[in-house]
Amino acid sequence: MSIVVDNISRRFGGFTALDRVTLETKPGEFLALLGPSGSGKTTLLRTIAGLDFADEGHVLFDGQDMTGTPAAERRIGFVFQNYALFRHMTVADNIAFGLTVRKRRDRPAKAAITAKVAELLELIQLPQLGDRYPAQLSGGQRQRVALARALAIEPRLLLLDEPFGALDAQVRKDLRGWLRRIHDETGLTSIFVTHDQEEALEIADRIVVMRGGVIEQIGTPAEVQSAPATAFVSSFIGETNRLPVTRRDGVAIIGDGLATISDEARGQGEGEIHIRPHDVELAEPGAADALPVTVLASRPVGRSRRITAQLAGAAEPLTFDLPVAVDAAAGQSLSIRPVRYRIF
Amino acid sequence: MSASNPTTIESPWARRALIGVGFLFLALFLFLPLVMVFAGALAKGWKVFLDALVDPDALAAIRLTLLVAAISVPINAVFGVAASWAIAKFDFRGKSLLISLIDLPFSVSPVVSGLIFVLLFGAQGWLGPWLTAHGVRIIFAVPGIVLATVFVTFPFVARELIPLMAEQGRDDEEAARSLGASGWQTFWHVTLPNIRWGLLYGVLLCNARAMGEFGAVSVVSGHIRGLTNTMPLHVEILYNEYDFVGAFAVASLLASLALVTLAVKTVLEWRFGIHRAGAAH
Amino acid sequence: MVRTKRRSALPGFGLTMGMTIFWLGLVVLVPLSALVIRAAGMGWDGFAEVGLSPRALAAYRLSFGAALAAAAINAVFGLLIAWILVRYEFPGKKLIDAAVDLPFALPTAVAGIALVSLYSENGWVGSLLTPLGIKVAYTPLGVTIALVFIGLPFIVRSVQPVLADLGRDVEEAAATLGASRAQTFGRVILPAIAPALLTGFALAFARGVGEYGSIIFIAGNMPFKSEIAPLLIITQLEQFDYDGATAIACVMLVLSFAMLLFVNLLQAWRAKRGTR
Repeated sequence: MSIVVDNISRRFGGFTALDRVTLETKPGEFLALLGPSGSGKTTLLRTIAGLDFADEGHVLFDGQDMTGTPAAERRIGFVFQNYALFRHMTVADNIAFGLTVRKRRDRPAKAAITAKVAELLELIQLPQLGDRYPAQLSGGQRQRVALARALAIEPRLLLLDEPFGALDAQVRKDLRGWLRRIHDETGLTSIFVTHDQEEALEIADRIVVMRGGVIEQIGTPAEVQSAPATAFVSSFIGETNRLPVTRRDGVAIIGDGLATISDEARGQGEGEIHIRPHDVELAEPGAADALPVTVLASRPVGRSRRITAQLAGAAEPLTFDLPVAVDAAAGQSLSIRPVRYRIF
Repeated sequence: MSASNPTTIESPWARRALIGVGFLFLALFLFLPLVMVFAGALAKGWKVFLDALVDPDALAAIRLTLLVAAISVPINAVFGVAASWAIAKFDFRGKSLLISLIDLPFSVSPVVSGLIFVLLFGAQGWLGPWLTAHGVRIIFAVPGIVLATVFVTFPFVARELIPLMAEQGRDDEEAARSLGASGWQTFWHVTLPNIRWGLLYGVLLCNARAMGEFGAVSVVSGHIRGLTNTMPLHVEILYNEYDFVGAFAVASLLASLALVTLAVKTVLEWRFGIHRAGAAH
Repeated sequence: MVRTKRRSALPGFGLTMGMTIFWLGLVVLVPLSALVIRAAGMGWDGFAEVGLSPRALAAYRLSFGAALAAAAINAVFGLLIAWILVRYEFPGKKLIDAAVDLPFALPTAVAGIALVSLYSENGWVGSLLTPLGIKVAYTPLGVTIALVFIGLPFIVRSVQPVLADLGRDVEEAAATLGASRAQTFGRVILPAIAPALLTGFALAFARGVGEYGSIIFIAGNMPFKSEIAPLLIITQLEQFDYDGATAIACVMLVLSFAMLLFVNLLQAWRAKRGTR
């Protein structure tokens, strides 16, 4: 199913949570809404779910306007950050809930429900735990049950709100991969919210980077990393060195002429250059398009050498990854040329 | 417009209906009786109202009520604090048993609370003959009233302080000790300031009950006008003599005390966020 | 290094524990044991003669029955009041929240005369009901109404914190799974607060059975018809039948403790199930 979010805006008092957000999903894709707190990603998710209603704009499922439809009628599956399992019901009853509240004519036979619950318990790899209560399960198990419960109603869309936010780091990593595999098996269009970029980069088909109620970029993990559309995306995703530059006549000048880098976009005025630590090479001393830095610290990390260096006049130290063989000790001067970079 | 989520809230008219029913129920069962007290007291005007209050028997009842409260509340406060200290700051086996025992007077009917003292000190009680022989009167005299009141108000302060002190933990006190403070200094300078609002709260409720206790006191008092009548008992006597205005006049004093207690309690809760742990009195 | 198990960083255990046990024993345990010992000394026949006499049984029926009915009424309306206090905003909400505690704070005798005046034949409410043929004062109905007043705070204050703690996400989850608002209430919310509701019910019931001051005026006090159990105790005392009074008191005490046990078991069950 494809979802279209068309110019959704939402305000809470004086605070704008969403500002004319437009988005279109591809059928069957695994989409991540990524951003810092307050970026509007959860509000957007809940608006798609029908748990929240926009002030302006429309939400369409397969072309059908769902904007005013309540959540109960949208046939979506929602997984909450804190699981929201029904504590007084067993795992099996939790999973079966969506099926048992259906109107009589839509409700499957009891045997069918039991079979479905068993099938889902297999899917989430907890076949023996049907009779347990949520309080007796670990966090990771509870979240899997929450997912099974959402899948039981055969939703046409799966929405997950920071599904692993309440879990330990290792459990998060394990569940993340597991969730991706479940998605591949079911083929359901899924949207999940996260503030953890590593998570988004690892399992999403496309990432929607948000900030302040606005979409900064939509792209594949590769795209947002190598071709960030805005300075925010560039600095939010992965590590970046940022330096102020003055742009004119096709070049960007760092400092008072410390280095001159070619600027294909031919911008004018003040700007910022973003350089990823590994997108550099060692240059000959005095090279015009290289940064003359003084090494502060240097240590080998696998095949690279991680160097912290100070550029005269820069506010903060810079970080570079050079081949481990490079000779760099504290106090030494080096000339480092950016090979790939973005200028905003 | 409230920020509440449309998914988890009822339709506006369902809401209004529920609020309406709630208001109606409370008006009928809660507010009407309260209004009745004051309306009854002033039914014949201010002069009759005030006359009823300065009646010698009424004044004696007021004095006795105040005396009983002045004795039982401080004593129960002191022992309540001691019990809370022992329970909240230390670990020992049988703690929950002790807490249940402290709660005992709550679950006993007021009349039974009075009965047990009659069985101990009454003319035919355990100690009855000994007391009569020595000319000591407990039942049908003030000491009996004090005893019964102490019994029924026993748990109030402890009930307030135990969860409060348990929640506050031992850290502050242990820090004081590590800095060289003696036990008393620790209690006085560290613990007491921490618990003062809970203590005030407990004392307030204890006092309200001490002044308002009826059933237990009724059993032990003998109802001797001017001597062993507390205010609640005096209300009963006046009512049974069809002196409704008089009864309501004295009752209005007690009701005003209740309102003051509630008001102070509310202020304390708002300003100092005292938790009501859900345990009902 | 020798470990002295009883040592603790804080002083005063001996003193405070001693004070507590002393006072508890003196004020609570000794008097109560006087009751139990006397009852034990009566032998079963002596006990049953008054404690289970027809008049006593009638009194128990009234006290227990009215308390049960009142607690049931309070379960419904107390839940409603807790709901509107937790879920809705409306003018006067803070006042109502404070007012719910009125039955706790108001002396029972004051409540008693106010209620009987309201519901007697020419009282404010009684006069409205008399034309309809409904008599409240001096009947079991009057006792029940008085006990509704007394028991209300128990239910409201038991349910309120649990309701407030119940996260909205569980309701939202139910909604996304297709449940209507009524289904969500019946199958998700109500079961979650049921233990708290039961606790409040048990407390209100236990209080109602032993209640004296607020119902002695509105009860008819006619033996076998409208006589409450606590009054029967007093009547026995006035006749110097200490044994009879003791027997009835014991029956009531046993019930109180049974209720207390029930409530404690409920709390333990709640803790085990993972709900608070």
